[in-house]
Amino acid sequence: MNQLTLTPNFAGEADAFYAELIAAQAGLSDEQAADWLARLTLILCNHIGDRELLRQAFALAHQHHD
Amino acid sequence: MDLPRYPYHQTLEQRAGQPQRRPVVIVGAGPVGLTLALDLAKRDLPVVVIDDSDRIGEGSRAVCWAKKTLEVFDRIGVGEAVAREGVRWQRGRVFHGEREAYAFDLLPEPHHKMPAMVNLQQDQVEARLVRAVQLDPRIELRGKHELIGLEQDGEGATLTVRTPDGLFDMRADWVVACDGARSPTRTLLGLGFHGQVFEDRFLIADVRLAPGVRPRGLDPARPERWFWFDPPFHRGQSVLLHAQADGLWRIDFQLGRDADVEAERDPARIKARVAAMLGTEGFELAWSSIYQFCCRRAERFRSGRVLLAGDAAHQVSPFGARGANSGVQDADNLGWKLAAVVKGEGGDGLLDSYEFERLEAADDNIGHSTRATDFISPKSALSRRLRKAALDLAAHTELAKPLVNSGRLSMPTEHVDSPLSTPDADPWAGGPSPGCPAPDAPLDGGGWLSERLGPGFVLLAFGWPVEVDGLRVITLPGEGLAASRYGARPGSVLLIRPDAVVAARWHRFDAAAVQAALARAHGRPS
Repeated sequence: MNQLTLTPNFAGEADAFYAELIAAQAGLSDEQAADWLARLTLILCNHIGDRELLRQAFALAHQHHD
Repeated sequence: MDLPRYPYHQTLEQRAGQPQRRPVVIVGAGPVGLTLALDLAKRDLPVVVIDDSDRIGEGSRAVCWAKKTLEVFDRIGVGEAVAREGVRWQRGRVFHGEREAYAFDLLPEPHHKMPAMVNLQQDQVEARLVRAVQLDPRIELRGKHELIGLEQDGEGATLTVRTPDGLFDMRADWVVACDGARSPTRTLLGLGFHGQVFEDRFLIADVRLAPGVRPRGLDPARPERWFWFDPPFHRGQSVLLHAQADGLWRIDFQLGRDADVEAERDPARIKARVAAMLGTEGFELAWSSIYQFCCRRAERFRSGRVLLAGDAAHQVSPFGARGANSGVQDADNLGWKLAAVVKGEGGDGLLDSYEFERLEAADDNIGHSTRATDFISPKSALSRRLRKAALDLAAHTELAKPLVNSGRLSMPTEHVDSPLSTPDADPWAGGPSPGCPAPDAPLDGGGWLSERLGPGFVLLAFGWPVEVDGLRVITLPGEGLAASRYGARPGSVLLIRPDAVVAARWHRFDAAAVQAALARAHGRPS
């Protein structure tokens, strides 16, 4: 069974990736940004493809809400 | 077209007050009960069908008939007529807001007798079935016979029936309930019927376009299925447009959870909705209904000598055309098994296998139907947003298209764990595995393989003929379309059940193995 990558895997500097992620939504309203994030989610889920990996990611995302 | 009726007559049995024992009584003269009656009659079983009405239900209701159903209809003599009278559509278009999100093509697989799908209003299909039943001397169709009591003992069932001449009792060895979602039979059995009720209301309207009217560029000569998510003429909801025969179109408007049902029934209001959608008033309203749907099934499909089939056993949303299609396939699965048990050729386990296989099919259909429904009516702001994302992406990338779900085409369920199947001993590179439907193929001398399957078990022999006692053998070329569809090579043999399901397959013929598989498929494991 494939395991979700839990260590940093961003090519190059993580800070640079994060800046790019934020910059990609610059100028969008909250509503547009939420739509953008939803489309991004589907695009990335399709890229990963592996249902078991995705399930691990869904579960991990659940762990962090307060 | 005039719809046939089956008026009430007092029967001899009733007048004499002396119940006559019947092998099979079917409760309910809808598409499922009538299909089963014709199937049993073809196996030379006398059948009585009772129905609380004496006529075909009003309105079109079910519209789409899938290939497997058409093949079943063909075996009982009405398939060619339904395929001929039905509308064949190929292109489906999905709109999101103002834009077309994507279009799909059913791309009919060539070299099948029956198309992937035809649209024909349910009353027209029932009319065909009723006429066929009325021509068959082995079937007695009794109108205005309402089932109000049902008792079982070791030898059979007693049905108490209310007629215009009062109550009387009938006796049957076996009873099949095909009496719809509100099945009185199921209630009398005390069987639970559980699942999910969807709160959304839907309005269906059948409209006939005036001659020459082509709303939104729709060409009546080239019918298409159109589905809108959140269209400008019906904001926040979905709308479906489907072609039916005789110039009739089916429109299905989602009304939401808080719809005022009484106000929505007003014909003026319905016409206004249709006019806004079509952009014309050049139509007449033929029929309409408001409904709410459920995805649920009975806890069991068998209770002693009573079996449930069709909506009496399971109910789905209309998206995906799985209601009537799965009901007809219930009848197809049950007919040969019941006949074999009545004739003493099959073990009682055959009827348990009916329940096993059709419960599996019902759960499969309910799963597909629930997913389509959840996509069509999202339950949270986030699921609505993800749906919007899928629809927006589908307009310009391939990746999101398979996520867009306006109903998935009904396909026969693959019963891979069926107790009637013999697992493969040889490695197979493809083709239907045991428990899966047997595909059609054209025959060299003309005609179709699907026409030659049934009414009993059949052995397909690829390459050269073989012989097995009491088994009909169809010899097919060792190479070519049929061989490739079945994953066969010269010398392969496949045992096919009467309902066109693969029971077992081998690359090398062995008469003893075939006999053992045949016994197992009869519910008599050796």
